[in-house]
Amino acid sequence: MSVAVTIEGVTKQFGAFAALRGVSLEVEPAELVALLGPSGSGKTTLLRVIAGLEEPDGGEVRFDDVEAHRLSLRDRRIGFVFQHYALFRHLSVADNIAYGLRARPRAERPSADEIRRRVGALLDLVQLVGLEKRFPGQLSGGQRQRVALARALAIEPRVLLLDEPFGALDARVRKDLRQWLRDVHRRTGHTTLFVTHDQDEALELADRVAVLNDGRIEQVGTPDDVYDHPETPFVCGFLGESNRLDVEVAGGQAFFNDKPIFAAPAHNARGVANLYVRPQDVRLVEPPNAHGLAGVVAAVRRHGAIRRAEVAVTGLARRLEVDLPSAVAPAVGETVGLKIIRATVFGSG
Amino acid sequence: MQAAASRWRQPSILPGFGLALGVTLTALCLIVLIPLAGLVLKAASIGPAEFIAIARSERTVAALRLSFGAAFLAALVNAIFGMLIAWVLVRYRFPGRRLVDAAVDLPFAMPTAVAGIALAAVYAPNGWVGSLLDPLGVKVAYTPLGVAVALVFIGLPFVVRTVQPVLEEIEPEVEEAAALLGAERLRTVFTVVLPAVFPALITGFVLAFARAVGEYGSVIFIAGNVPMVSEIAPLLIVIRLEQFDYAGAAVVGVLMLLASFLLILLLNLLHGGLRRRYGHV
Repeated sequence: MSVAVTIEGVTKQFGAFAALRGVSLEVEPAELVALLGPSGSGKTTLLRVIAGLEEPDGGEVRFDDVEAHRLSLRDRRIGFVFQHYALFRHLSVADNIAYGLRARPRAERPSADEIRRRVGALLDLVQLVGLEKRFPGQLSGGQRQRVALARALAIEPRVLLLDEPFGALDARVRKDLRQWLRDVHRRTGHTTLFVTHDQDEALELADRVAVLNDGRIEQVGTPDDVYDHPETPFVCGFLGESNRLDVEVAGGQAFFNDKPIFAAPAHNARGVANLYVRPQDVRLVEPPNAHGLAGVVAAVRRHGAIRRAEVAVTGLARRLEVDLPSAVAPAVGETVGLKIIRATVFGSG
Repeated sequence: MQAAASRWRQPSILPGFGLALGVTLTALCLIVLIPLAGLVLKAASIGPAEFIAIARSERTVAALRLSFGAAFLAALVNAIFGMLIAWVLVRYRFPGRRLVDAAVDLPFAMPTAVAGIALAAVYAPNGWVGSLLDPLGVKVAYTPLGVAVALVFIGLPFVVRTVQPVLEEIEPEVEEAAALLGAERLRTVFTVVLPAVFPALITGFVLAFARAVGEYGSVIFIAGNVPMVSEIAPLLIVIRLEQFDYAGAAVVGVLMLLASFLLILLLNLLHGGLRRRYGHV
């Protein structure tokens, strides 16, 4: 039932603001894709264009081989979950879920019994059995979100689109729902795109992640791809944490303050470049004599499950963040050497 | 003492409950309750037998029927047209929108007598509109229909102004959701938009109705005031007063008071039930 979604060169302008500047993306049937980006990056606009709620200025969207703009909203058969649920608050949970089935033309409309049966099955799927007579106003945020999803699934959509599905929920509920959404997706197998600005959510849930910035797709890939092999400085800076050093590259070596700090074989060009290194890819070593990177430990603090040192490096405006193995406990004020194990180098300019 | 106090006041650490309630009750008594009690006393002074005789007299019944019937009809018309006007004002942007928006309030601001005279002139058989309707056999001025027209005029702003803010607050997303679920436009309007504004629509209806029942100034100019046909209850009261029949006037007044109170109470209960059900999302 699920279809492939092809997006080709879609552009969209709101007045002087270019929300989408030529976006292309292929989504395979039954794939779960995250559209990740900061606010204003165009991710929600892209989702609305796919749904047909916005008309693109250029480019096209295809479901399998059918051009989407030829289809009416009803014929697109899109299951859409809004960030703020957009439930019908004067209808009970069951009536909300049944809305799409009852809205069908008489000839295609299932019988009342059939509708009741399907609503029951969906309530079961979203784990809300027993709440069918409640009104949206009487539900918690997480429950409303699940009603919204059940309502979207009721029309047997060909594509499921979710706009910041967990944006308005608290951290605990988000985590539970994430797990659960993955489960539902595995069981129902809808082609699914969801928008999020939360990278953990995108990396944990999605088969593939499309990183958007300023109306363009920066990179599309598996969570491991985009995290470990960022293709652009933006992706590198946006996904995970990273330290940036202005370096000079010569002969496959990156130099910082004329000291060689990292062998960058992939980067052949000579000249000024930016080196991005994640806190977990730096090791504390004995202070080097003349060569190599060194700094003074300015602070050590707890950062979730790990400890992190902030190291002041001469010539670097921001302190370098370094994750510490549990055995390593540098004193504040101590001079340490820093060894970069893995880093990404981008030519600047 | 403690227990008694806790039954009465909202538990709040902020002072002011006693003073606020005291002022409220005093003002309510002076302005509303004491005059109304006086009205009831005056009506009761003539004794039950005569009270019932006046209440059941043909002229009283006809006047009350016209007042409440025309007010109900007018409020119904206002509910529909007011809803439409609010919809147009909220949903569409067109040149002159602000003018239309301001014009809605005119019935609030105008002296009702002026409105009545203007309506009578326009709807009279030789007036601008009346001359067009006359060949069709429709007479507006000096008939019960004229009464309803005047009541529609004065009640219109109530519906528009209560529905408008609610309509503005409906998230477009709800309508988008309905459309994506396959509902065509008309279905979306009737199953999603109208239910959402329904409580506000009832409030507007009640306000327009209440205003129309008591309206006097604009109606008497267009009604023709033929006893038994186009004579409204408030006019009957004034006529009785002019004949120094104070008790007779009070009886009609009490009947209007009772009927209005019951009707408005009923509608408010219905309204409260809807609000409880929908809650706030």
